[in-house]
Amino acid sequence: MGQALLAVVRRDLRIAFRRLPDLASPLMFFAIVITLFPLAISPEPTVLREIGPGVLWVAALLATLLALNTLFRSDFDDGSLEQLALSTHPLPLLVFGKILAHWLISGVPLVVLSPLLALSYDLSLNTLQVLALALLIGTPTLSLLGSVGAALTAGVRQAGGLLALLVLPLMLPVLVFGARATTLAATGQDPAGPLYLLAALAVLAVTLGPFATAAAVRVSLE
Amino acid sequence: MQNTTHQDGFDCDGLTLWRGDRCLFSELSFQIGAGAAALIRGPNGSGKTSLLRVVCGLSPPEEGAVHWMGKGIQQQRQAYAKALAYNGHTDGLNAELTPLENLAFFCALRGSEPASSVANLSGLGLDACAGLPVRALSAGQRRRAGLARVLAADARLWVLDEPFTNLDGEGRHYLTAQLLTHLGNGGMAVIASHQDLDVPAEQLLTITLGGAN
Repeated sequence: MGQALLAVVRRDLRIAFRRLPDLASPLMFFAIVITLFPLAISPEPTVLREIGPGVLWVAALLATLLALNTLFRSDFDDGSLEQLALSTHPLPLLVFGKILAHWLISGVPLVVLSPLLALSYDLSLNTLQVLALALLIGTPTLSLLGSVGAALTAGVRQAGGLLALLVLPLMLPVLVFGARATTLAATGQDPAGPLYLLAALAVLAVTLGPFATAAAVRVSLE
Repeated sequence: MQNTTHQDGFDCDGLTLWRGDRCLFSELSFQIGAGAAALIRGPNGSGKTSLLRVVCGLSPPEEGAVHWMGKGIQQQRQAYAKALAYNGHTDGLNAELTPLENLAFFCALRGSEPASSVANLSGLGLDACAGLPVRALSAGQRRRAGLARVLAADARLWVLDEPFTNLDGEGRHYLTAQLLTHLGNGGMAVIASHQDLDVPAEQLLTITLGGAN
């Protein structure tokens, strides 16, 4: 069973590295949005420190949403998804492998890039650490929640808008607690509370997400 | 129903499927035992692919049930998945991976030996392009690679959607030979095709869709 999970992760990572533009465009988007805000609003350090956490989180959320479009699309189009659904292994397990691979190529780079990009908002070192930690806990939840929508819209052409409409409301708690934790750290307060809530959301998403996504995949394939 | 259910085979019982407001087939029943094949015929759009998807358990029928070894397929998903090899009208191959990588992945999922898929690739004449990404292959080569997955699956029931499309004469010949071996070993097959199958008449059941109804 673990081997099947590993096989899916390895396959999806291999495919992702052969399609680097798909991989890079959400990250480019993330970097561009974050660098444009200081230019457009104000170079004033006090203003930047105030808006920084919010901007970073909104950008991370939108970048995740962009990356989600590719999660099931090609597998649906080329029939691989049917083969996965007909496999002897439980579909939630295989789907979890796909989400895990997707997080490794879309979520982890966000976590790594964010402290660098956040430097332009004059945030303290402690804030950068909290930001990266909050993203590390929050982005898996975003990927898991988003995968349900991605699975439901796998068979729909031009599903980007529909996908956003479906999953954005579900992602809002992650945005709220993630941005809150980062803001608390930026103002010198203890960010533990929102971080724990983020972790609770992550646990909930990991336990229920794959089952919901597998059910959504079966609906899409009908 | 209990009387007609095949204890050692595959049977469809009173299948009815609607697409929108169109009835594709109603009260369709057939059964095949070990070593037999069902050929599904019918004009384009008559529901051949839809029937195969019902047979695989991908889409539920409006009415009726599919039984494998006398039990409903929804009650024994895992056992049925193990017995089933499906090749749809898309071949289920990722375009960025090579045929070999695609097959190795599905072998890993099934827990079968990747070596057999290599042998199947060469039997299907895919030696030369085993290292090319699938997107660089012709439609016929893709079909061959998809069929190699079916051959490597070591499954008792083959469900094939238009397997002969895009294949050249030699490919058809090879597939027919493999099919006969499969049936000879007690395998079963449900095949949608516009071509006649070169299978002895006593092993073949022909179902025609989209006629009077």
